[in-house]
Order: sequence, then C-alpha cells, then structure tokens
Amino acid sequence: MNDFTTIPDYGLSWLEASGDHSDIVLSTRVRLARNLQGHAFGARARVNDRQAVLANFKEVFARSESLMKGTLLEMKDLGPRARRILLERRLVTSDLLGKAEGDPPAGTAVHVSHRDPLSVMVNEEDHLRVQSLLSGLRIQESWEIVDSLDEELGQELPYAFHHEFGFLTSCPTNVGSGLRASVFMHLPGLVLTKEIGKVLQSLTQVGLTFRGLYGEGSDVVGNFFQVSNQTTLGKSEEDLVDHLDKIVRQVIQYEMQARQVLLRDARGVTEDKIWRAYGLLRYARALSFEELMNLLSGVRLGLSLKLLPGLRVYTLNKMMIFTQSAHLEQAVGRDLESEERDSHRAAYVRRVLNSEGDVTANS
Amino acid sequence: MPDDLCDNCGSKPATVNLTQIENNEMFSYHLCEDCAAKKGLEATTEPPASPLPDFLAQIGDEPREEEASDSECSFCGLTFTAFRETGRLGCPHCYETFESHLRRLLRRVHGGTKHVGKIYLPSDPTVSEIEKRMEALRKKLNRAVDTEDFERAAELRDKIRSLEPV
Repeated sequence: MNDFTTIPDYGLSWLEASGDHSDIVLSTRVRLARNLQGHAFGARARVNDRQAVLANFKEVFARSESLMKGTLLEMKDLGPRARRILLERRLVTSDLLGKAEGDPPAGTAVHVSHRDPLSVMVNEEDHLRVQSLLSGLRIQESWEIVDSLDEELGQELPYAFHHEFGFLTSCPTNVGSGLRASVFMHLPGLVLTKEIGKVLQSLTQVGLTFRGLYGEGSDVVGNFFQVSNQTTLGKSEEDLVDHLDKIVRQVIQYEMQARQVLLRDARGVTEDKIWRAYGLLRYARALSFEELMNLLSGVRLGLSLKLLPGLRVYTLNKMMIFTQSAHLEQAVGRDLESEERDSHRAAYVRRVLNSEGDVTANS
Repeated sequence: MPDDLCDNCGSKPATVNLTQIENNEMFSYHLCEDCAAKKGLEATTEPPASPLPDFLAQIGDEPREEEASDSECSFCGLTFTAFRETGRLGCPHCYETFESHLRRLLRRVHGGTKHVGKIYLPSDPTVSEIEKRMEALRKKLNRAVDTEDFERAAELRDKIRSLEPV
C-alpha cells in the first residue's frame, strides 16, 4: 500500500518561502481541469465510470516517463486521518474526499510527482485536475509545469474537447482552457487601512475573483486571500496567466503602500499589535486555529516590516500547516477533542518559536 | 456615433465597438447588438460577481423554458432541470444537448463562447486541426524566445517539427 511519507518533501515544498514576494504571497497554484471522452463527469459518474477513468490514468502512469517519478495514492487505501493530512497540505480538495464520515467516493486518487511540485487529482469534480503548487509568486513557472504534464497526458488520453468551447468541464465556469491560476496573498495593510474593499471590488472589474484559504465558499481568516481568474474561456492560457501576474503585482504595490501609511500614521499601534501577537503565540496555553491564523497574520506583518528580526517566513508557513487538526493528531498518534487540540496547538507553536523564533527586541 | 449602422448587417444601429487583433493586425467593427451576440460578444462589459446561480435562476422565467426543461442528455440522462439545480453538467455530450442555453450562459459568464487557448488533437486529426495546433504552439514558441526561456523554446520547436508534414 502506498503511503504519502514516500513523497520526498511530503508535498510541502510550497511552504519553503522561496519565490518572489514570499512574505506577501504564500503560494501560487495553477490547475487545469480535464475530462475524458465517453464517461460521465464527477458528480454523475457511476462507479464503473470512475473505475475506468482511474484505470486509464494508471495505465498512462505505468508507461509514462515523467509521471512515473511520483506516488499514486488511492483514497480508499488511506485512513481518514491520512486523507485529512493531504487536504491540510492542499494536495487534495474536500470534494475529492467526499463526506467526512464514511468511505471516499469510488476511484478517487491523487498522483504526486517526485520531481516537480505537481499533482493530479483523479475523479474529483472533473476526471483530472492537474495542478502545480509553488512557494511565492511564480505564476508563469507554475503554468509551465502543468502545461508540460498536460501535453504528455493529452498524447495518451482521449480528452473531451469541443472545437468551439475548448476543454469540456463539469462546471461551465471552467470550460475552455480549464485553467484556474490562484495566488494566496496576505494583505493586512489593506485590511487595516480599510482599503481592501476597494481593491477587491476592482479585482472583480478586471475579471478576477477572490476567496478564503480553502477555496470556494471558505471564510477569509487572518487577512489571507486567494486571488484567481474568474473566466476560463475566450483568452489563451498565457494571457490568463500574464493578466493575473500583472494585477497581483499591482495589489502587492498597494499593500506595500498601505503598510507605509500604517508605519507613518499609526506606528505605535501597529508595533503594539505585532508584539502582542508575538507574545500570545509565544506563551499562550490554548489556541484555536482561527485565533492562531489571526496572530500569525500580525507576526507575519511584523516580520515583513522588519520589526521582528530573527524570525523566518518559513517558520510561519510551517506553523499554519502543522497546527491543523489532522497534523496535530498525527503528531500525538490519536484523535483529539477540540479543547485538547487547542492546547496541543499552543504547545506546538511554543516549541517552534522556542527553537527557531527568537526575536531580539530592537527598542 | 450613435447613428452609425452596423458594419455587418447594415440595417440596425451599431451600439457595440469591437476591436480585434488577428495576425498582428487590428480591426475595428461597429456592430448592432444582434450581430455582436452572433460573434460571441455581450453588449455589456462588466462581469457579474457570481453569474452562474443568477443565470440559472433566470432561465425559468424565459419563454423557451417548457421545451428546455423537457430535454434530457441521451448519453448520461441529465435533465435540464437537474442542471439548473446543481450548475454541473453530466458529461461531454451535455454540451451538445443543451447547446443553445449554454451558449447564452457562456456569454454571460465568460463574455464569449470561443476557446482560443491550447488545441487538443484527437487521434485522427484533420489538416486544419493540426494547423490550429501548430499555430498555438508557434505563439508559445515566440513567447518562450522573447522571455529567453530557451529550454522551453527547444521543446516547443521539437513539438512543432513533429507535426509538420513529412
């Protein structure tokens, strides 16, 4: 049986805080939605459709050179906690896992490449979701990685493609290129200066959309936003990717200006907020995930403004992932009640900050 | 000018200015709403915040609804009513079954209906399909050369070569 510990970096390279503007842009993701001819799409696919899609993919996997260097994980072979860990690492979506209780939907799997930060979900809403998740702002690079695998898969698999509508997808909002590029941004300056509404509003006017950390319908927590293209049809992939890159760079500029305004007009309050956040993380005995995210937002801002020397972006990224419930349970080796989780979360944060989060007060 | 007549049909007033770039040349057209719609354009430019649910809710109010709600995909059995409820199509054939509705939906959601990105080649491609794909690859190649991404340029060159007639 396959186990995700066989993936060299455990699918976590996007945490490494490399890439452009990694203090503001956590990660970049580009995904392509693809379906195979002759089978119903995700939601309407019967068990035999799903098995056939998976079998088809496995066949390609077995003879393809670049795909081979990877691990194929079938959801049915993993325990509930391992599946949740994949979700918390953003390698799979909750759609792929199905309902929290009970078995995962038939034929669901994820292939994680060993060579690139690249994975393929099988039997999600679409038959295949090819995606690349990179640290920092690297939209073009992320697109090139998914493009090259998609080229290879397209040689082997009969994609559902329409001469006018392009690549056919389960949801009409994905049809055409099937491409969704999204950038995960931390925008506390714009939130604190109350400029965020205007910025988000203008995003929707230029064909982009935004949401919280875990995709559609999720809340905005800790001033983190996912910005992505809204439309997928009528523009080439290169244009979609370029456009997002251009706009995101503008948003980064606005964010940096807002931070300068904060330092100019409200330095005392801003510094106090940042140090309080750091103090709470360093000493609290119980932290809910939401509180943690909000405190990390303050500390991240402090780090970015060079008010907290000695702290690294990577440390903060790591804390966001390893403090989620399945990761905490994995660490202690058993299920945890909500209250227990909060105290284990706080303990983990104290431990990490003790060993790699020592800051020297510069005032 | 509001009194201009449509460049295409010449009978109705032109309300839409269309600028297209084809093969590095820019063309401007003045079209009436009907002709613009035929070209896959919407008269309005602002993208609605969340167009899918709104659109699906509106379909019920339209005169063609009775005929539409009866239609069912012959391949997967999805009914139009079910599509309206979930917003998800059942299979590739649904795009043909519900084509006229989807065309309107796609215009509303994406501003048009014509895919202009990557071209997928079926196992027995026609000459024009191969040409389209080569054209798309050439565009990518130019871009790779412009950004001095020579490794990618070499890959693309090989791919284009493999499609050229022997």
